[in-house]
Amino acid sequence: MNETPFMEFLVSARKNANFLVGAFIILSVVFVAIFAPVLAPYGYDTANKADRLQPPSAKYPFGTDDFGRDMLSKVIYGARITLQIALIGTFIQMFLGVTVGMVSGYFGGFIDKFLMYIADLAWCVPGIILALAVVTLLGKGLNNSIIAISLVNWTQFARIVRAKTMAIKNQAFIETGIAFGEKTPAIMLRYIFPNIVPALIVMISMQLPSTVISTTALSFLGLGSQPPSPDWGLALSNGMKYVSRGQWLSIFPGIAMVYTVFGFNLLGEGIRDLIDPHVKSY
Amino acid sequence: MLKLDRLSVEYRVRGGYLSAVKDVSLNIGEGEIFAVVGESGCGKSTIAHSIMRLLPDRNERVLGGIYFEGHDLNALNDRQMTGVRGKKIGMIFQNPLDSLNPVYRSGSQVAEAIFLDKKNRAEVWREVIEFYREMKMPDPAQSVRSFPHELSGGMRQRVMIAMMLARNPKLLIADEPTTALDVTIEAQILEIMSRLRADFNTSILLITHNFGIVAEIADRVAVMYAGEVAEQGSVFEIFQSPSHPYTELLMKALPHQSKREGRLRTIEGSVPRITSAAPGCRFCNRCPAASERCEKHAPPVKHLSSTHSYACHNR
Repeated sequence: MNETPFMEFLVSARKNANFLVGAFIILSVVFVAIFAPVLAPYGYDTANKADRLQPPSAKYPFGTDDFGRDMLSKVIYGARITLQIALIGTFIQMFLGVTVGMVSGYFGGFIDKFLMYIADLAWCVPGIILALAVVTLLGKGLNNSIIAISLVNWTQFARIVRAKTMAIKNQAFIETGIAFGEKTPAIMLRYIFPNIVPALIVMISMQLPSTVISTTALSFLGLGSQPPSPDWGLALSNGMKYVSRGQWLSIFPGIAMVYTVFGFNLLGEGIRDLIDPHVKSY
Repeated sequence: MLKLDRLSVEYRVRGGYLSAVKDVSLNIGEGEIFAVVGESGCGKSTIAHSIMRLLPDRNERVLGGIYFEGHDLNALNDRQMTGVRGKKIGMIFQNPLDSLNPVYRSGSQVAEAIFLDKKNRAEVWREVIEFYREMKMPDPAQSVRSFPHELSGGMRQRVMIAMMLARNPKLLIADEPTTALDVTIEAQILEIMSRLRADFNTSILLITHNFGIVAEIADRVAVMYAGEVAEQGSVFEIFQSPSHPYTELLMKALPHQSKREGRLRTIEGSVPRITSAAPGCRFCNRCPAASERCEKHAPPVKHLSSTHSYACHNR
């Protein structure tokens, strides 16, 4: 009787292959990011001019770049940046989206129209172009590119949260809460928000990979992280110059990127299967 | 205690206003159980919702006075109204199945009620368990930890009542509290409500379509038809000498255990759709005694005693 929803989740999670593989991949990335200084054989910015553009060898398993920096160390430290992008970026989007979506859905009327016009506006400009504009405005840099991507992507949260809020607002227990003397903020935070959380978790897990990809794209274009940051996107764009002489410069950061995004996707798919009753399969 | 003075509620519809409630005047005393009976769509729930200001607030207008302990509730702003809801007037709803927040343990929703009036944690939980015991919940110490979906309809309705009682309101509005429940649970809920009146002197506005419930626990009754009060009086007066033709026909339509009739009696016709402009008695299209006068003029209210009154031209 008193089995918590969380325990139920864990029990069914044990049988979900997507969830398990995704969780394994992401945990491995998190592990690497946390213990980067221990795992990396060199510092990510330790340049060794004598060993420029070395192919993979026993000394440099992933080779070295054009400044003689160890690629393995760069890839390992790069995991930190990627996770930072994923978590902070998605959190900002969620915060904006949930605030706008709940206010819009709960109050309706003019406020709703106004906020949704803004969301539509952000939605109808191609994302990467809008992000480019924002970065140009704020200046280059990792943090600014995270903000730029968030300003583009929050509308998806806002839309879903708004729809959920409107559906929940009309359920009987909201009327109970009002009849019971709850104030409007309490209705929104204690009655509506907790009932949105399942949809939100699914949204977050879907948004994580796309945030990583978009932000990395900005770094690739030279607007995000600046050298000597070990950012994978930056490493990829740097590797492009040497694509005929030193493919390892692009291959290893590329594989790391694919591995991480694939992990996020599987995890997202798994969580959606576990949480959303409509696609639950037994 | 609660006084409704010519309360009217109109919904805006295409082509004018639909009169859901028209000139309803009621007076509920302290510790009194007042029942409002009537068929579906006669405006009973609309009255309850307009007292609590829970109407969907886009397409309706409320006219007339709602006085609670001498204060006009219509004059309060939304913030002041929040202070009235729950604390002064509690309300339990028709459908206990969806009326609790699914993500919290049932007990913590009752605790929330007590927290709204600020007390410390351990004390609050003891009180919640005490409430569950009073509500005759099986194994109170355990069931406070259960989620709403783990409880049956009757248990959820009891949690709802506990929730409302926890704030100790002076008036409890029960909007068809037992409609979704089976008769054994219904009896328990009714017992809880009458105990409530006995122990805390709470007034109850009971909205129902069930004359059995009325006979069992109510002190006074208003019989509503198409938004108007057809007749009101003490339970005894209404059952002994129904004076409005509608009440009379309703009584005849009740199934009796003793008589072996073939079919139940019914009232011919159906409830008309009434816009605010319509003059005359709203029951006239179904009334056996209706005359031309009934169609043209609103019936006068006649008093049989200080409590018993009805609105009809012909009697």
